[in-house]
Amino acid sequence: MNKRHMSTALAGLAVLSGVAFQSGGQAFAQAANAASAHRVAAVTSLTGAGSTFDYPFFNKAFYVYGEQYHVQVNYSSIGSGGGIQQFTARTVNFGASDVPMNSGEVKKAEAGGGAVVQLPIALGGEAISYNLPTVKQRLKFTPQVIADIYLGKIRKWNAHQLQVLNSGVKLPNLPIVVVHRSDGSGTTYIFSDFLSTISPQWAKQIGRGKSVNWPVGIGGKGNEAVAENVRNTVGAIGYVELAYVLQTHMAYGFVKNRAGQYLLPSPATVAVAAAQKPGVTSTNFSIVWEPGKNSYPISGYSWVLLYKKQPNVATKNAVVKLFDWMEGPGQAQAATVDYVPLPANIRAQAHRLLATLK
Amino acid sequence: MDAERKPALRLSRLIWNHAFTGLTGLLLMLAVLPLFLVFGYVIYKGLPGLNLQFFTLPTTPTGIPGGMSNAIVGSLEIVGVASLISIPLGIGAGIFMSEIRAGWFKSFARFLTDVLSGVPSIVVGLLAYAIVVKPMGGFSGISGSVALAILMIPVIARATDQALQQVPVSIREGGWAVGARQAQVWLRIVLPTAIGGVVTGFLLAFSRVLGETAPLLFTAFGNQFWATNMMQPVAAVPLQIFEYALSPYSDWQQEAWTGSLVLVIIALIINLITRLWVAKKR
Amino acid sequence: MSLLRDKTAQVWIWASVLLLPLLIVLFLIMQGNQSADSIARFGWGFLLGTTWDPVHQIFGGLPFLFGTVVTSLFSLVAAGVIGLGAAVFLTFYSRGRVRSSLGVLIELLAAIPSVVYGLWGLYVMVPWLQGVGEPFLARNFGFLPFFRGASLGVGYLAGGLILSIMILPTITAMARDVLLAVPREIHEGALAIGATKFEVIRVISLPFARSGIIGALMLGFGRAVSETIAVTMVIGNRPQISSSMFAPGYTLASVIANEFTEATYQLYISALNEIGLVLLLLTALFYGVARLLVWRSTRGVGM
Repeated sequence: MNKRHMSTALAGLAVLSGVAFQSGGQAFAQAANAASAHRVAAVTSLTGAGSTFDYPFFNKAFYVYGEQYHVQVNYSSIGSGGGIQQFTARTVNFGASDVPMNSGEVKKAEAGGGAVVQLPIALGGEAISYNLPTVKQRLKFTPQVIADIYLGKIRKWNAHQLQVLNSGVKLPNLPIVVVHRSDGSGTTYIFSDFLSTISPQWAKQIGRGKSVNWPVGIGGKGNEAVAENVRNTVGAIGYVELAYVLQTHMAYGFVKNRAGQYLLPSPATVAVAAAQKPGVTSTNFSIVWEPGKNSYPISGYSWVLLYKKQPNVATKNAVVKLFDWMEGPGQAQAATVDYVPLPANIRAQAHRLLATLK
Repeated sequence: MDAERKPALRLSRLIWNHAFTGLTGLLLMLAVLPLFLVFGYVIYKGLPGLNLQFFTLPTTPTGIPGGMSNAIVGSLEIVGVASLISIPLGIGAGIFMSEIRAGWFKSFARFLTDVLSGVPSIVVGLLAYAIVVKPMGGFSGISGSVALAILMIPVIARATDQALQQVPVSIREGGWAVGARQAQVWLRIVLPTAIGGVVTGFLLAFSRVLGETAPLLFTAFGNQFWATNMMQPVAAVPLQIFEYALSPYSDWQQEAWTGSLVLVIIALIINLITRLWVAKKR
Repeated sequence: MSLLRDKTAQVWIWASVLLLPLLIVLFLIMQGNQSADSIARFGWGFLLGTTWDPVHQIFGGLPFLFGTVVTSLFSLVAAGVIGLGAAVFLTFYSRGRVRSSLGVLIELLAAIPSVVYGLWGLYVMVPWLQGVGEPFLARNFGFLPFFRGASLGVGYLAGGLILSIMILPTITAMARDVLLAVPREIHEGALAIGATKFEVIRVISLPFARSGIIGALMLGFGRAVSETIAVTMVIGNRPQISSSMFAPGYTLASVIANEFTEATYQLYISALNEIGLVLLLLTALFYGVARLLVWRSTRGVGM
């Protein structure tokens, strides 16, 4: 048996396997999923790509949607930038981004596919987590203190500024190990947006962005790496998505809001912050440092990107139906994965935008 | 033959000899240490989630019982097709670099093979995106296979080149002497002799791409559902592992570790099958 | 074999080998094209600049270049020595079952996904380095500039170590194959005239297998330079140049992996592509220099 025979044989095997898998796989999947009556026979399917922040929420919501309406929505979290790129290239039905497209990006997308619609789809808050095993009480932080820590101006835990806020607590004489995100992320955008809003020095020196030039600190790739770095290092401090602290029981602190209240991030406090800005649009989307007694100051949206003009009626109907559901019953799925459901006024606005799709 | 007594060895030579033996033994232990540390950890974390459900149920959201059946099948398909592409091309290039008299081009080809092996996998994915996904207008398993094949080819080519060079000229001369054609000499005589090294190259390449995530992000794309059509987005285990491991949900994290363990098991099985098949052929 | 089949085979191998320059050219075109904006804006300053600021649109690649060079060379030396030593042991000091099973196990290390290495590194190796490894080095070797500063666990040392582990299977497996192919007669002949095993290996077997071993090292280096995810989990991701191995660092491949999917404006994407181009050229430079050095010392022996 020589190479050619072998290659032919392998090729034949591959073809056979491919065919076998196609049909056998369908049957197999049906049998395996008989209990949940999940029909896999090909119906309408949609693809989306983008934000990693949205992934757990979308994953759950699309699964439930698929069970009910038998439409397979395949979402891949390649990052907000990736989502915008693929959306612009029209290789996907929808994109998802933590930061709405700016005018340059919108122009580029419009050149290819016409007018663009951006809907707020998910909501999140960021916790300030830290690792101080000897401190049993929850610490209090003010925005200024957080900014100074991340600027490298406050270097020790028992610094005067921190001690003053936490008078009943014995803060250890440890260096503060700052942890931030190394990968570009909406989480960083929201955090730097927050710091820029409350600290003129931060605004001038660093600014806001998905990736910034951090003055101090080590970078972890993804929320999990930041969380792990914080857990590993006594004296570390890091900002992570709410879902992470809720799921992993890390220590996180109170942050003082604009109304002077010390608040913990939670679905309630984040939702209140969001509701403070009913007129949120893709050009006016920041909801950090909102007024309101129970508004958590470090919050932000994630957005879905759609073309106003859909390729055909069937696709338009499928897309509109999906996102009407996502902005309605779908939001109930958010809470099941520790995400924050959108407030009613925001959802209403989204429905109105969806109605403009053609 | 007279039984000669070996001349008494100088003590220093004996010492060096034993020192060397000890050194290589130590180095082997150092090489094996990560084996236990990393494997041990993967087994320790992955084993609890290893059950039938993992292999029969597709990926599901957190909180809903699921597995990675779609990803396992998808990975096998993508890597399988990548192997079909890269084996002939890699071996072909390796044969060229070893057997053909081509002066400076030979050296240059070897140089290019090395450089190709140093391209980051994410960049390879981007190239596959440009040459397959864009023209096709969408993501597909086949574009993922192309990306992985690009990663596999330099390793297979290099290993083949190396292995063929080790074959003594006399073996080739035997072939030429009986009037065999060039290709016959390569394929029926030289390659079978060197097959061990070629197989090592293939297994190294295969194992590596089995666990690659970055090249698949913009090509195969991933798929939460059962997807075996290579012209559409296909799920893959490393993609899922990447998503799950970096999430905060403990059930997903468990599946990520179990997925890693399954990848190692698959690599082991392929390793054993390939080596057995080669041993049979000898 | 018919003439046609022979000709087909000839075509096949020519086509296969011509694919290599084709791919490289495609990569260069792709990277070059995408980097154009960044090259135009920063010129050579890109290679010397130490600031990476996506918000203010200032991009400089020197810290990443430094990180790639340091971690890759470290891993090449570490994995080269250990891998070669292990390969020698496997070939000359072990037999049958032990040899083949150890060999298979080491090869299997290659199958562990990069992200899993990263996670193991983050969950197991980094805390160990922080608590045990780095303090040990600091106490005993702290007079060297490499082992100074705070032990965070993450940093250049962690990056170098994780890469060493990851390229070890490649180097060990390929070196073992090459050593196994050294004809037994040569080895045994030398033993018969009274050489010790060490002497035979040193004087006969290793030189015989030299080009193959170099080939194994080359492939290992290629893997090290291109590794992204595992390194980025343990290196600290701080674009700074430091003499200490304990300090956090950054590599070319890591910054691409971290920021590429989120880069949205043209100059940013272009700068990241230029990082990719720099990586490609750095790899080519290294291999070119290595080849030159080897060629000079062997004068014509096939590599």
